[in-house]
Amino acid sequence: MTYPKRSFRKRFLSAGTLGAVALLALTACGGSGAQQTAEQEFTGEYTGPAVELSYWNGFTGGDGPYMEQMVEDFNAEHENIKVVSNTMQWADFYQRLPAAVTAGEGPDVGVMHLDQLATMAARNVIVPVDNLVSGLELTADDFTEEVWNAAVYKDQRFGVPLDVHSLAMYYNTDHFEKAGITEAPTDAASFEEALVKLEDAGFENPFWMPAKWPAHLMNLSLLWQNGGDPYNAEEATATFDSEAGVEALNWQTSIIEDGYSPTDVAIDSQYVAFKNGETSITWDGIWQLNDLDASGLPYAAVPIPVIGEEDAVWGNSHNFFLPRQASADPDKQAAAQVFIAWMSENSDEWAKSGMIPARESVRESGVLDGLPQEAIAEKVDTLRFLPAVPGIGTVQTETLEVAVSNAILGEQEPEEALTEAAQQATTLMEENQAAFGN
Amino acid sequence: MNSTKQAGVLATKRAPARPDQPAAKGIRKQAPATPWLFLGPYLILFVAFVLVPIVLGAWISLHSWDYTLPLKPFVGGQNYAELFDPASAQSQNFWGSMKATGIFTLFSVPLLLTIPLAVALLMAKKFPGRNFFRAVYFAPYVLGVAVVAVLWRYLLDNNIGLVNYYLGLIGLPDDIAWTTSTPAAWVALIGVTVWWTLGFNAVIYLAALQDIPAELYEAARVDGANGWQQFLNVTLPGLRPVLSFVTIVTLIASVNMFGQSYLITQGGPARETRTAIYQIAETGLRNFSMGSAAAMSYVLTLFLMVLSMIVFWLFREKREKKVTK
Repeated sequence: MTYPKRSFRKRFLSAGTLGAVALLALTACGGSGAQQTAEQEFTGEYTGPAVELSYWNGFTGGDGPYMEQMVEDFNAEHENIKVVSNTMQWADFYQRLPAAVTAGEGPDVGVMHLDQLATMAARNVIVPVDNLVSGLELTADDFTEEVWNAAVYKDQRFGVPLDVHSLAMYYNTDHFEKAGITEAPTDAASFEEALVKLEDAGFENPFWMPAKWPAHLMNLSLLWQNGGDPYNAEEATATFDSEAGVEALNWQTSIIEDGYSPTDVAIDSQYVAFKNGETSITWDGIWQLNDLDASGLPYAAVPIPVIGEEDAVWGNSHNFFLPRQASADPDKQAAAQVFIAWMSENSDEWAKSGMIPARESVRESGVLDGLPQEAIAEKVDTLRFLPAVPGIGTVQTETLEVAVSNAILGEQEPEEALTEAAQQATTLMEENQAAFGN
Repeated sequence: MNSTKQAGVLATKRAPARPDQPAAKGIRKQAPATPWLFLGPYLILFVAFVLVPIVLGAWISLHSWDYTLPLKPFVGGQNYAELFDPASAQSQNFWGSMKATGIFTLFSVPLLLTIPLAVALLMAKKFPGRNFFRAVYFAPYVLGVAVVAVLWRYLLDNNIGLVNYYLGLIGLPDDIAWTTSTPAAWVALIGVTVWWTLGFNAVIYLAALQDIPAELYEAARVDGANGWQQFLNVTLPGLRPVLSFVTIVTLIASVNMFGQSYLITQGGPARETRTAIYQIAETGLRNFSMGSAAAMSYVLTLFLMVLSMIVFWLFREKREKKVTK
């Protein structure tokens, strides 16, 4: 009879110790986040022992095969470096990368979006690449000013731009022909005219206005066209509820009110409808080019029309980065730099994926000739990027995206929705500033 | 007198015999280690994945915890205070999501308790092709939430979906925005969930139905009970032990709803179909506000515990009533 009693006490004790040990282990892991490895000098080539680099990216779409091809080419050219890529959805990528790096299991090199660099830098997930950039002799001259500056956070550069990409206007060439439209619309008046002609030709809803992605990117593009700015980086305030922003959102809702779009367009419906020939025009990212090519749809891609006063469009950029390493291996770091340098120089292959190479020297080399994004690449100077504010991605999903969606679904007036969301966004940005110690 | 005597005799007979039995002693010697060896594997899992997270979660909820930042300042009950401060954005989003969870649970649990029972009653009957139909009703349950959600997200699309198309063909309104407006989105989410998971509850009901002795039905029929009376007085009491299990499991599953709204409505319109788990995942894993997310989890857990206790109490009370009858 005494055994169970003793066992119970023992059990309690052992469970307690186990728990305590595990807790200690866990907190110890969590505490190791502070150290930072100094960036290595860039030497241009790698002559050390054979290394294997783990390379993380999110190219799961039509761009994936081209990235794989580039990695293969790189591996073939470099005997002592083997790059192993790990491709995952971008949404998972931004969740996994901080976790992996914090646990000391991060990759050796990777690619992420420009608007995430500041966030990841503030979280101490990635390290500066200033030495690499000067070693590569990359300067602002070879890039547009906007994309070059957006990768700088706290006077340090964190990304090497691989490409830029933006929204584009896709239209069904068959529909345009039937409606008697000979030239793609380029401003508000000709866009409206095209919509009317398409309706007259029997295409009932020629331009579906999505309630979700990429509705907020359309909104940002129009806001910039109206001369506004969505965020004030210095003051950490959201300004997308300015007149320019409200006007942009009003235009979006007017498309539905005027009957050019059905109501309640759910996520991705507008794209599926476009692919099925149910709608004539859609605005989407240029990375959809390969997918549309494969679908066999008769289409053309042109820059989005200038609805406001200025020529501007939302853009983003894929940037190479170097993650913070728990235990620095100089060989791997040197090899990673060689990899980034090579990829940047050989970004012409990448143009086939539908993206626009970030380097002017590559763009000018004729790699874009005849590619569908050529027309958009010509207007690369009109691309606008989000400012390098840590946490901006989340702020936007939680506020602007909700407001735009609400207004398009008719749940709220555009102005009211934006004002409310901008207040929330400013609060979030202030909180972020406190958390990241800006 | 007689019975106590007998007991006494038995006791005295047994007592002296025990210490002399070598076999019993041998078992006793090995006893201390053996149960622990059997328990060990699960105990490790239990400690690592249940006990430690519970303690660590409580600890995290008292901090402003972002695991990517070096500083995780202790904030005491601030994370909880924010949840109960109606002015803070955190609390508006959280209680909005709790309300969404409440709406979903309120409508899905009764449906998931009754419809599977009806299905099970049908499937318990003998008819040709019975096994085929049993498989058909269970089939959706083996699909993952991603498959179910993507399938229905396109079927339910109000502009390009088949559901509205067929509704239009039979003369019903064909412009219901199933995924972008409430209450239609709730109808869609609950409908999809019922379609998806009713097979599980039905199988459990079916097993329980087959355990009810046929003699009871026979006796009821002899007493002149009709079908409905048999159901009320034989089937339902026979199902009671299973019913409490099914209720608790369904309740917990409904409160933990995440995948359907994440994939079908993306929490929309606005945040209206964002459930509590959705909000917690968003706060903790995407926004890295682990402290706040942990506090939310504890509030949700508290609600679940109270709900579970109410369910247990309800089922216990009925049993006592029956005894007093």
